[in-house]
Amino acid sequence: MKHWITTTDHKRIGLLYFWTAFCFFLIGGLEALLIRLQLAQPNGHLVSAETYNQLFTMHGTTMVFLALMPLSASFFNYIVPLQIGARDVAFPRLNAFSYWVFLLGGLLLNASWLVGPLFQAPHLNVAPDGGWFGYANLTERQFSPGPNIDFWLLGLQILGISSLAAGFNFIVTILNMRAPGMKMLRVPAFSWMTLVTQFLVITAFPVITVGLVFLMFDRFFGTHFYVTAAGATPLLWQHLFWLFGHPEVYILILPAMGIVSEVLPTFARKPLFGYTVVVFSGVLIGFMGWGVWSHHMFSVGLGPIADSVFAGTTMLIAVPTGVKIFNWIATLWGGDIRGTTALHFAVGFIAMFIIGGLSGVTHASPPADLQQTDTYYVVAHIHYVLFGGTVLGLFAGIYYWWPKMTGRLLSEPLGKWHFWLTFLGMNLAFFPMHLIGLLGMPRRIYTYSPDLGVSALNLVSTLGAFLIAVAILVFLVNVLRTRTHGRPAPNDPWGGATLEWSIPSPPPVYNFSVIPTVANRLPRWKTEHHEPMRDPPAVPPAPIHVPDGSWWPLVAALGLPVLALAPLTHTLWLAFLGAAILLVGIYRWAFEPFDV
Amino acid sequence: MTHAAATHHTSMGLDSRKMAFWAFIGSECLLFTSLISTYLVYKGRSVVGPSPHEILNIPFTSVSTFDLLMSSLMMVLALAAVQRGDMKWGKIWLFATALLGLVFLGGQVIEFTEFVHKGLTLQTNLFGCTFFVLTGTHGAHVTVGVLWLLTLWVRALQGKLGPGHALTVEITGLYWHFVDVVWIVIFTVVYLIQ
Repeated sequence: MKHWITTTDHKRIGLLYFWTAFCFFLIGGLEALLIRLQLAQPNGHLVSAETYNQLFTMHGTTMVFLALMPLSASFFNYIVPLQIGARDVAFPRLNAFSYWVFLLGGLLLNASWLVGPLFQAPHLNVAPDGGWFGYANLTERQFSPGPNIDFWLLGLQILGISSLAAGFNFIVTILNMRAPGMKMLRVPAFSWMTLVTQFLVITAFPVITVGLVFLMFDRFFGTHFYVTAAGATPLLWQHLFWLFGHPEVYILILPAMGIVSEVLPTFARKPLFGYTVVVFSGVLIGFMGWGVWSHHMFSVGLGPIADSVFAGTTMLIAVPTGVKIFNWIATLWGGDIRGTTALHFAVGFIAMFIIGGLSGVTHASPPADLQQTDTYYVVAHIHYVLFGGTVLGLFAGIYYWWPKMTGRLLSEPLGKWHFWLTFLGMNLAFFPMHLIGLLGMPRRIYTYSPDLGVSALNLVSTLGAFLIAVAILVFLVNVLRTRTHGRPAPNDPWGGATLEWSIPSPPPVYNFSVIPTVANRLPRWKTEHHEPMRDPPAVPPAPIHVPDGSWWPLVAALGLPVLALAPLTHTLWLAFLGAAILLVGIYRWAFEPFDV
Repeated sequence: MTHAAATHHTSMGLDSRKMAFWAFIGSECLLFTSLISTYLVYKGRSVVGPSPHEILNIPFTSVSTFDLLMSSLMMVLALAAVQRGDMKWGKIWLFATALLGLVFLGGQVIEFTEFVHKGLTLQTNLFGCTFFVLTGTHGAHVTVGVLWLLTLWVRALQGKLGPGHALTVEITGLYWHFVDVVWIVIFTVVYLIQ
């Protein structure tokens, strides 16, 4: 137990990220099922309108910040150091700090489901209820007097610190810890997409932090950043939020694109088609992701010039994305294809992401977007991108890297069941939403009338959601069965080209007995130009120093939720206590003898 | 403070801690850009007074600005002294940098108090909101810098900070100069261009 709490090993931290994020993924999924049960029939009365608001807000917030981002982070942690031939990340204790801050921030946010009585609320749940993009001035104290929004804005600020710390860490790791000979254009595509993602994180998160700080000051200290009566404009929040929010979309999808760019070549036994183009398309998406945010605000009426510019940039950003899709298809073309579960999910990703991408392009046209804004059409789009894209991509990574991370291979037959149930379920759940939206059903309304004519479509959507739940159960059964019955994994169960397959599964604590020297982009494959590299010896020829664990990242992280409790409970001494814990943690950390 | 990273081979030839710090400064630029942009967007939109030209005391803040610029000079001298192994002057300049930082913070306390007496608080109008949150965030950064400098100074007094830690001092200097540059922008945008 102590070894897990004080660990600074990127592999253990990767597993901690995985299981924590997966639990939050299940919580977010349960919230989605409740939403779908409520909407299964017209005039549903399973939950009240207030609870419904909390459910969709927490579903979105949980899935974005507590499930998908940290599930990607679990692969950044576990796989990136192995892919670039490093023994750990650049700052192992900062890495542990990122994890603990993420866990505590997630717990603080979800505590809001249970602490109503502490805030004199008549019910148990005081969860955030302003939507995942928390539009001001709805979120101002005047319109949202309870602690709900406070949990949201404090939780998100804490989670931002976790993401920022991890961002600096992984940028330095990928740029500076590469094995000898691994030039930037020999870095595997997944690690490249991780690098682009982290640059987006460190530039986008400060912007939402400022937006949240303004909201916090408005709610706690009586400022007027979003108070229209004082001359402020609520558009300030929308700009700050979407300046963060659109890069955030790419923070969610680029890691999945990286995973697919690893899985397809391995199971087609062909190098990634146009590796350089895929990498630079990712970089270009990272840059262009900063120039499209106002397409979330067409209905605001920014004027014809702004609308035209953002329509143009939004259509343009589809180009590098489309380039990647053609590269993936060309990778499969003529390949020696092995239909593993990981490949099923990767190909499913391509197909579903194309649908999500195309509905995205339809939003790029302001006149069309005005019809779609705030309807289920947008909900359909975001789920094809984030479920059909990110979640399918993450599952491709889970089936691909599970043997490396746990030493056992997941069952392929159960995996196929998992895939096909997911594929069927998601299309049943999300495709009807396009029609529901175009027929005029607004999102975020807790019920609807039978006169709207969308009752049957909503029932189909609910059935699809439950099919996804069955698929997740199949996955959990697969995981449990694999623990005891799974086939032990050799170093390289798939015949992969990258360095993580050259070492045991799971890898020893030092990863590489000898740091490899890389001479080309596909070191473990035989090509017409070179022979495969020799894998590192099973026993290290010289003793390898491994750093001890540390308590101080956890202590420092504990200071943050204590600090957040001060405004939540209006207790000043908690602010001093939190700051003291944080300071003690940072000072002991800084002066701790710790050698990497 | 370990400096194990300094002894490691790195792919880019740049120390990892320094690279992380440059990334951090890049991130901080976005933070201050958002704050300064908000100040500019809300300029002239307050529905009640007082307005900037009734409140801001340019001569007083010019002295503060000069003080902070001089602290950057002290920082350069501190790093140079540590790098050449002259810990006696290293200690003096580190303390001088922190002291000038404290003087700047004192100036900010006086300035804020005076503004409140003149009727400008955090809640008065949009100018108050944006001004206090922007300059307050900068002040918080100076406070962190002063604590950091004093920590190094105490370590130097204890004999635990030597020429081997020049990189630590250099990174502290990066932070300090960054905070100084941000102030130059704030002083120009908020005080000089009204």
